[in-house]
Amino acid sequence: MPIDLEQFHESFYEESFEGLDVMESGLLELEQGEVDLENINTIFRSAHSIKGGSGTFGFTAVAEFTHDMETLLDEMRNGERQVTEPIVETLLGCVDVLRNMLHAIKDKSEIDEQGVAQMTSALKAHLGGAEESVPAVAEDAVVTSAKGWLVSFKPYPGIMQTGNDTVRLLRELSELADETEVFVNNDLLPSLNEINPEQCYQSWNINLIGGDVSEDDINEVFAWVDDECELSISALAVEEDYIGPEKRKNNRREEISEKRAVERRRSAKTTESSSIRVNISKVDELINMVGELVITQSMLSQFDEGDDFTEVHFDRLKDGLAQLESHTRELQESVMRIRMMPISFAFQRFPRLVHDLSSQFGKKIELIMTGEATELDKTVLEKIGDPLVHLVRNSLDHGIESPEVRINSGKSETGVIELKAFHQGGNIVIQIKDDGAGLNKNKILEKAKENGLITHDERLSDEQVYDLIFRPGFSTADVVSDVSGRGVGMDVVRRNIRELGGAVEVSSTPGEGSVFTIRLPLTLAILDGQLVGIGNETYILPVISIIESLQVKAENINAVAGNAEVYRLREEYIPIVRLYQIFGIEPKSTELESGLLVVVEAEGKKIAIYVDDLLGQQQVVIKSLETNFKKIEGLSGATILGDGTVALIIDIAGLIELYQKDMAGGVVPIKGGGIAA
Amino acid sequence: MTEIAEEPGQLEAQKEYRELLTFFLAGEEYGVDILRVQEIKGWDSVTNIPNTPEYIRGVINIRGSIVPIIDMRLRFNLEKKDYDATTVVIVLNVVREGKADRTMGVVVDAVSDVYNVPIDDVKASPDFGTAVDTEFVTGLATIDSKMIIVLDIDHMLNAAELAVIDKMAE
Repeated sequence: MPIDLEQFHESFYEESFEGLDVMESGLLELEQGEVDLENINTIFRSAHSIKGGSGTFGFTAVAEFTHDMETLLDEMRNGERQVTEPIVETLLGCVDVLRNMLHAIKDKSEIDEQGVAQMTSALKAHLGGAEESVPAVAEDAVVTSAKGWLVSFKPYPGIMQTGNDTVRLLRELSELADETEVFVNNDLLPSLNEINPEQCYQSWNINLIGGDVSEDDINEVFAWVDDECELSISALAVEEDYIGPEKRKNNRREEISEKRAVERRRSAKTTESSSIRVNISKVDELINMVGELVITQSMLSQFDEGDDFTEVHFDRLKDGLAQLESHTRELQESVMRIRMMPISFAFQRFPRLVHDLSSQFGKKIELIMTGEATELDKTVLEKIGDPLVHLVRNSLDHGIESPEVRINSGKSETGVIELKAFHQGGNIVIQIKDDGAGLNKNKILEKAKENGLITHDERLSDEQVYDLIFRPGFSTADVVSDVSGRGVGMDVVRRNIRELGGAVEVSSTPGEGSVFTIRLPLTLAILDGQLVGIGNETYILPVISIIESLQVKAENINAVAGNAEVYRLREEYIPIVRLYQIFGIEPKSTELESGLLVVVEAEGKKIAIYVDDLLGQQQVVIKSLETNFKKIEGLSGATILGDGTVALIIDIAGLIELYQKDMAGGVVPIKGGGIAA
Repeated sequence: MTEIAEEPGQLEAQKEYRELLTFFLAGEEYGVDILRVQEIKGWDSVTNIPNTPEYIRGVINIRGSIVPIIDMRLRFNLEKKDYDATTVVIVLNVVREGKADRTMGVVVDAVSDVYNVPIDDVKASPDFGTAVDTEFVTGLATIDSKMIIVLDIDHMLNAAELAVIDKMAE
């Protein structure tokens, strides 16, 4: 019975991508000059498993490509080859190509043949013995436009001891094609008195031109010496595309942004059935919890038997219910923990990114990452990647100055970008800190006026000025580079983070650098909610945004310009938002004194929401409105209350925007820190 | 729900017939493909959603999912009618191209019957003045000399959402 291999594909992809990540980080370490045999071994093993896996599943292209990488790595591992920067660059490029190939296979789309061919030739340039012999071959290849094959045959020294004859192999090969060009490489040939006649010291590059030769034909010739030599076969036609590693290196960087776009398109296209790897201890914990739950359940079911229900039973029933409650909560928490993953999954791409971009910009940058073990929800983790990349690129491009500027301003030549993740009061905080020039207030203001984001005579606090960079259509980059400075970006970053229920802020000191701070909820699925009543409706405010709730004192209410109201709270004026007006609900009362104000904050802005009643706090499970309906402004979702009814959850940041729109004409701009009275 | 989603295959197999669930709306009888009907419920209170058109009555909880409820009379600008004992919510599975299916409920005057209608008997609707926009009508079927208007619920309910967006944009 044939086994359906398809079912294993998903885990193959997953493992392969993990392997690629391992290779990448290993190679980056190598590049920093830490030549460590264990490291090379790790890279080799990853390549080897990908090769093995792809061979098993019949992804021949991947297997062949990885084979060449493996060969090169093997030589490095055996100390036959020096670890040089060009080689590491090439291997990094290969990792990219391989990743693209795997993505293409996964999506069942076209493999970028050209990219593969380019990398293969770059690999071949390193392989095949001495480097100088290779360009000659390449030139030849360019001249010969006829269809054919380039066979690089490098037997191990011991090949002849196993009864194989290299001459016979070459002869057989030459019979295949119309025309054969053989380039022998004698570089390893020792002087005559040192020669061991039983050893093979030569290697060959053979061009097979014309004739109807398939790759399999060639492979068949070498079938018996497969494990006695290094063999690589590539189509000659592609050799015209041969680009030296140096040139290619630049090309690759130019492709970065393009590639990203492709990646984004790809992720939009596939609605993948994603899976996560869960630590076995988390699963054990769950099993234990379920066990407890079963015990409680059987205890409670005892009350089912017999009719006499006495007071003694009642107490036990109460105990049982209390137990059930605590177990349910613990079970819920354990299940939530399964979704939690360390943020290193999002961080791990940055060493590579910083490495690539810093050489592109000619800047020297050190990346420091801390708190990589901080766990957050998988959904959040997946969606925070792009905004983070953008912020890091931004710091790299705009934040850190060029080495000369840095030296002139008395800083060390190497800039530092710090990525930090930590917990703070039920939130995850991620900071991207650079020691660059800091935000240029005047430039931002100038640009904002130019783009009509602010009027000429507005007086703004520092925070408000910095906040302008998150507005749509804003960019201060003098030169629009392919990395950043197109004016789309920061607003997208803010929007993405907001979609996750988080917030992003920036602070900056001229000459000392900027800090971007992202705050995210621990999880998207559960929220501490404050239930509030407005008319007959129940709404939920996230407890995390609530600063305080207060009873209204009439003397503290001020009306500004007739219709906007502000509340004076400890030397601070806070706009009053009458929720019933914005949401069009029939309230119990429109008199402020008869209700309550809930002061909430989002993204540094405060508003006081007028509600009829506070109804209590509880944890609520967030349900999406978009699943069956659509996104509603001012709402982040809905939940189901204990009585089975639906309550809507208010999105504070969205509500503030709604309010500002309502007040259009800008009567009360909501101030950042608040103004002293 | 999943069962329903898988049903179209079965539909394929017995091509000639199509089962329709019919309901009344302002005196006319409408039919929807029964395979799309997830359940029929009595009218119950809903949670209003702010800043949406009147015909979106709100959302309800159906076994843990938040399902929007659309009043068909209001949707098609028919005369308003108080909900009574026969008022029901038909919960439908709406298929969207390229996206996951959605569940939506429609409020109608009353459910009527289930008919097995030969597909060939569903005639293209003439351009005439039914209450419902002909755009949302798949065709007309005649059963026992009654006319049944067969609705294209996918088009109708996905368009319902578009209308919301239009309104918000104003």
